[in-house]
Formats: sequence, C-alpha cells, structure tokens
Amino acid sequence: MTVAPRTESPAASLIASRRAIFWERLREQVPIGLLALASWLIVAMLGIILGNIAWNGAGQLSWEFLTTAPRAGMTEGGIFPAIFGTVALVILMTIATVPIGVATAIYLREFVPGSNLAYAWARARAARQWRERLIGLGHVVEILFARATRAAVNNLAGVPSIVFGLFGLGFFVRFIGGGIDRLFYGGELTYGQPAIIWAALTLALLTLPVVIVSTDEALRAVPRELREASLALGATRWQTIWHVVLPEALPGILTGAILAVSRGAGEVAPVLFTGAAYFLPYLPSRLNDQFMELGYHVFILSTQSPDVEKTKPLLYGTVLVLLALTFALNAVGVLIRARVRRRLRARS
Amino acid sequence: MVKFGTIRETAREPARAPDPQTTPLPVKVQVERFSFYYGDVRVLHEITLGFPRNQVTALIGPSGCGKTTLLRAINRMNDLIPDTRAEGRILLDGENIYDPQVDVVRLRRRVGMVFQRSNPFPKTIFENVAYGLRVNGLVRNRRELQERVEESLRQAALWDEVKDRLHESALALSGGQQQRLCIARALAVRPEVLLLDEPASALDPIATEKIEELIAELKRHYTIIIVTHNMQQAARVSDYTAFLWMGHLVEFNQTEKLFTVPREKLTEDYLTGRFG
Repeated sequence: MTVAPRTESPAASLIASRRAIFWERLREQVPIGLLALASWLIVAMLGIILGNIAWNGAGQLSWEFLTTAPRAGMTEGGIFPAIFGTVALVILMTIATVPIGVATAIYLREFVPGSNLAYAWARARAARQWRERLIGLGHVVEILFARATRAAVNNLAGVPSIVFGLFGLGFFVRFIGGGIDRLFYGGELTYGQPAIIWAALTLALLTLPVVIVSTDEALRAVPRELREASLALGATRWQTIWHVVLPEALPGILTGAILAVSRGAGEVAPVLFTGAAYFLPYLPSRLNDQFMELGYHVFILSTQSPDVEKTKPLLYGTVLVLLALTFALNAVGVLIRARVRRRLRARS
Repeated sequence: MVKFGTIRETAREPARAPDPQTTPLPVKVQVERFSFYYGDVRVLHEITLGFPRNQVTALIGPSGCGKTTLLRAINRMNDLIPDTRAEGRILLDGENIYDPQVDVVRLRRRVGMVFQRSNPFPKTIFENVAYGLRVNGLVRNRRELQERVEESLRQAALWDEVKDRLHESALALSGGQQQRLCIARALAVRPEVLLLDEPASALDPIATEKIEELIAELKRHYTIIIVTHNMQQAARVSDYTAFLWMGHLVEFNQTEKLFTVPREKLTEDYLTGRFG
C-alpha cells in the first residue's frame, strides 16, 4: 500500500484571537481547579482539626497532666489512669489477637490445597479408589472451609464497632464471664461484669481482620523460590514455614500488629459496655478490674462534665495525647513497612 | 487440543526407548508412561525414559515443551502447584515415587534440586549450606556441621572464595557464586540425584563455564539431570540427551549421537534451528 500524498491545505494561522485563547484556557483550567480544590479541602480540614487540637492542647500538656489522676470532679488533674488503662487494654488485646490472626492467616495461605473448588470436586468425583476419593473430598471440605473463613474475615471488618460492643457485652461479659461465675465462684459476681479482659477480647475480635489481612499479604510476598528451595532440601512444610517463611514475613506481620493496636487504641464503642469506667480511684491490677480509657475519657469530659468551661483544656489535652499515641503507632508501622520494601527491592 | 498437521503425527508416535545397546548403564530414574496435567491441560504425554546412573542427562526442547515440568516431577516439586495431577510412574531405584505411601520429604532428600534463578536464603553463607543438614537432623554436633559445610562448599568449588566470610549474608555474593552456593546447599544433604533447572541461564560466560566444569566433576558421585535452553551447553556437559516437544518425548539418545545423527526429522529441525 502506498501512502496518499499529503495535500497542502491553506495554512491555518497559529495566531488565535485573544478571546479564543481566553475561553480555551478557561475550559482547560476550571476542571483542573475543581479537582485541586477537592484535594485542598481535605488537607485544609485535616489542618484545621489538627491545628486546633495542637494549639489548644499543647498548653495543657505537662508532666503533671500525664502522670496524675483527675481531680475535683474531672475539672482538674491529669489523665494518667486513662493512659495506663489504654496501654494495658491494648497489650491484652495484642496478646489475644496476634496469635489467632497469624495462625488463621498461615492456615489459609499455606495449608489449604489449591483454590479451584470445581476442579477439586471433579477430581474427587473422578477418583477410582475410595482412598483417593476420601482425600479429594477432604480437599473440597478444606477449600469450602477456607472460603467461609475468608468471607467471615471480610464481613467482620465491615461490622460497626458498636455492634462489637454489644456482642462483647452479651457474649464475653454475660455468657463467658457469667458462666465462669456460676461454675467457679458460686454465682458471686466476679467475672460476669464489665472488665478489662472482656474489653480486650472484644477489641481483639474487632482488630482480627487487620492482623489476618496484613499477615496474609506478608506471607504472599515471600518469594515462592525460597519455599521451594527449602522443600527441595528435604524440609517439611512446617520447617519451611518456621525457618524460612515466617522470618521473611515477620516485618509485615509486625506492621499488621501495630496497625491493629493503633486501630484498637482509638476505638470507644466496643469498650463502652464491656469494661471502660467513668472514673476509678485505682488502677486496674487484675483481669476482672474495670479501667479508664482515653477515647472514653474524651467522651466523658465532653458530655458528662459538671463545668464545661473548666473541662475544656483537659479535653483538648486528652484528645492530643490520644491522637499522638495512634499517630505514633501508625508511623512505626509505616516505617517498618518502608524498610521491608526497601530490603525487598534491594534483593531483586 | 491444537492441531499441528504432519509434525504432530511424528510426535504422537509412542515415545521410543533408547536402543538397548546405547544404554548399557544401570538406570537410576526410570520414567514410565508418565503424564502430567495442569488443571485439565495435559502438558506431558506418556513419557517413558530411563536416566542412567552417574551420567549427565540433558533435557532440551523449545519453551513450553514440558522439560522443566518433567524435571520437577522427579522430586515431586510440582505437588506444590495447586490443581495439578500426575499419571504413570517414576521409579527411583525401582521404587515408584508417586506411590501414595511415599514420604515426599524423604524423596527430596535423595533427589536434590538447583533452580533457574539462584535462590539463597536471606541468611549467612554458612547457614545456607547448613540448612538442609539442620532440618534433616543429619549432623550430631557443631564440629560435624562445620565439616559438612566445608566439604559441600569445596565440592561446589566455592570454598576458596568464601572461606573468610562464611558468616556474611549470602545475598552479597555475585550471581555465579550464589548459584554455586545453591549447588553446595543441595549437595550438603548428599542426595543421589541432582536436578538442575537451567542453572546457568542467568549467568555470564565465565560463571557458566565454572558451573559446567562443576557438573562434569559431580558426575562421579551423582546422577545429574539438567534442563537447558542452550544446545551447545547440552552438547558440552551431557552424556545423554532427551529432546521434548509439545509435551512428547521425541528422541532420547547418547548426546553425541543425538546431535550428529538424529533419528527424528523433528530433532534435526530443532537442532539446526529451523524452529524453537
């Protein structure tokens, strides 16, 4: 095929009228401006919120504020019991959520054979020996179970936190706690009441999806070559996971744990019914003690205070501490992840 | 299935075993009517061939011909790929490795493997070689462990280069050194068969030469099966060569004969570069 010779058209002038240029620019710039405005709006909102809190709260921060208990009907003093309660709560929550979350993710990612349900089913049906058929059916059941678990994890992540709170009250406090009381304490109220252990377990349930998802991603990021190298040397699957896969995935798992902690530290609704106290004259020292918590303390200071004006600075200070805590935890998580990414990139 | 006209007819003939007089050697790994499926797609078609003991056998053929799948079938590495299955038998010293009672972990201890891309663990050089010994509980004490690590690194012709930095990260080694480390790691557990999956494909000519010299040396103690894209390499390092095409074994013979007087037209076409 030959290319048709280009016909010379009378040269259109490159010079446009000023008016044409103006309208053209306008058509081009207005949408861009609107897009930019939307993003600036977010930055501005965040700036206003953080600026307001930092401005009003910074003056409140002092050694005394961080290390003493509230006084005079919460209009004076510090927030130490709330900081202590939050930290204790989050530690207990981590002890519960990380092992269960990591174990679930390892099972789902490393031990469920295949993923293709139709194929597994066809294999099971086509099996000629009963032994093969049994193994095939076992695979089908495992795949179904894994799917159900994944669906449960995803749905768990979408449940409103207040529902977790009510569930915690009904299940942990009344059912488990009450059951313990009936069985071991002759019905005397010991564990069957809101307590730090029940709040921590409720929170653990809430943060479980975070741990599972990030562990799953960390496991998926471990190169297949490393697993194969280990297995080809005669290592068992468990040895491979323990000596090769988990050390590689550890930073990712830690990131997940930290994100879970920062999520848990900021939640109020789940601990509302399950263990957080309005005010306690002592620090929690047993699992069935109640506790004070930063988020809940913010709620109390802003709605239950006898003197709103006197409480205001305390409120700002508390919010600032809560924000700083969750931000710091998030920052640690992000830093670890960045370090791991760098290391992975350096390798390839 | 795709139709390939006349060429297909050639390939679909039953895979022929080598002439009895061309393989007087005892067979270490016997593949018998072995087929392999990814899902419903059959990628190996009733392969039958015997890998002779203490010899180097090369598997050659164009990309996607199934040579790597066949290699990975010999230590059941394909088991790790979901939704796959095997038919037929592969005998290691007369024992069917696909028997349901076979312990895959024991099998892999006897059939070592080196992969296409060097894949040292992100651990020290020493720990890389020690890994197989540790997980299999093959050494009783620290001294024995050190001896076996040194022995393996010497066998892989790497000892002199790394003896002063055994406790540095293996990832700091060059590509060729990493691949020899992977060979040393495989040798440490003293396998009987060594599977090499294009071990030099990512290496420069000098590193490749070292690996090839190593293969010639290792032949005395091991039965070696090597997959390679590079026909010159197959001609240089192997005693026997199997040519695979579209999942069929087209021809298996002594390397010298296969390269000089191929029996099949398809083999000749491939060797002369008419396709592939």
